[in-house]
Amino acid sequence: MTSYRFAVSVMPKEGILDPQGRAVEQSLPHLEITSVRDVRVGRRVELTVEAEAEPKARATVERLAGELFSNPLIERWAVDPIDKAAAPDGPQEAGVAGDGR
Amino acid sequence: MRVGVVVFPGSNCDRDALEAARLSGAEAIPLWHEEPDLRGSELVVLPGGFAYGDYLRAGVIARFSPIMGAIREHAARGGLVLGICNGFQVLAEAGLVPGALLRNATLRFEHRWVRLSVERRDTPFTRAVPEGRTLRMPVAHGEGRYWLPEADFDELEARRGVVFRYAPPEGNPNGSARDVAGVIDAGGRVCGLMPHPERASEVLLGSDDGMLLFRSLIEGAAETVAAERDPIEVTSR
Repeated sequence: MTSYRFAVSVMPKEGILDPQGRAVEQSLPHLEITSVRDVRVGRRVELTVEAEAEPKARATVERLAGELFSNPLIERWAVDPIDKAAAPDGPQEAGVAGDGR
Repeated sequence: MRVGVVVFPGSNCDRDALEAARLSGAEAIPLWHEEPDLRGSELVVLPGGFAYGDYLRAGVIARFSPIMGAIREHAARGGLVLGICNGFQVLAEAGLVPGALLRNATLRFEHRWVRLSVERRDTPFTRAVPEGRTLRMPVAHGEGRYWLPEADFDELEARRGVVFRYAPPEGNPNGSARDVAGVIDAGGRVCGLMPHPERASEVLLGSDDGMLLFRSLIEGAAETVAAERDPIEVTSR
């Protein structure tokens, strides 16, 4: 068995009013930012799967993405493999991801 | 009639629902979500609250609780299911009623008295509501904005699936599409609504209009039982 780590991104579908995104957008003038628009707020879930091979691990994640992490009526999802070293919650290494502190 | 009120971790209107059912003359029992046994309940109520803290999406984790399989079977056999607020969210996530409940357009937790128009009085949930009567009940939710794709919505309206709509003067508190406050499944036995009938169970609380729903369900069931005992009654009704 091998461990595979994935990230699942879940976003509100096009045409669905996203009041969170709108609220973020409305706050931008307070930061004196005027160049940003079309803000949408979604969700990211990271997880590790034990499986014999990558396709099996991915199939499990895809099932979860469709049945649990997203509501197919209102949201779309995408699954991406995570390179452990580059993951935001991985070992503290130099990289662009981080908490900004 | 026996009414089972499901208790999820995070339910907080279960006792109010039990009390409202008892006030209507039913025997009401709590049902722990981990036990897939409805213990003979004829009506199952999924109460308000924040099952599993509303993590991920309101209602979604509760949807996978062991009791949900029993509720699904109960509904498939024509058993009655009422989902209130968070219970409506659970029913929608489980696909037992159509639609989804999104974050309120106001982005606020809306807790206030609203008025409901009753679109149908020929359901087991509304049969005791007098004609033309609007119902005063409180809402208390952050994610109650009803949504359905347009094509499905037309289908829902065509089969008269909308049972309650927000009505003036207070109007729509959350941006729900077509002012929908509550819907019923195609079989007419599973109903979900965002407002809280169990919190409008006594005049002292501000309204007892919610009792019209509980009375509809409980008196309706009593009549069915009487009719089954006396077959002649069935034909005369």
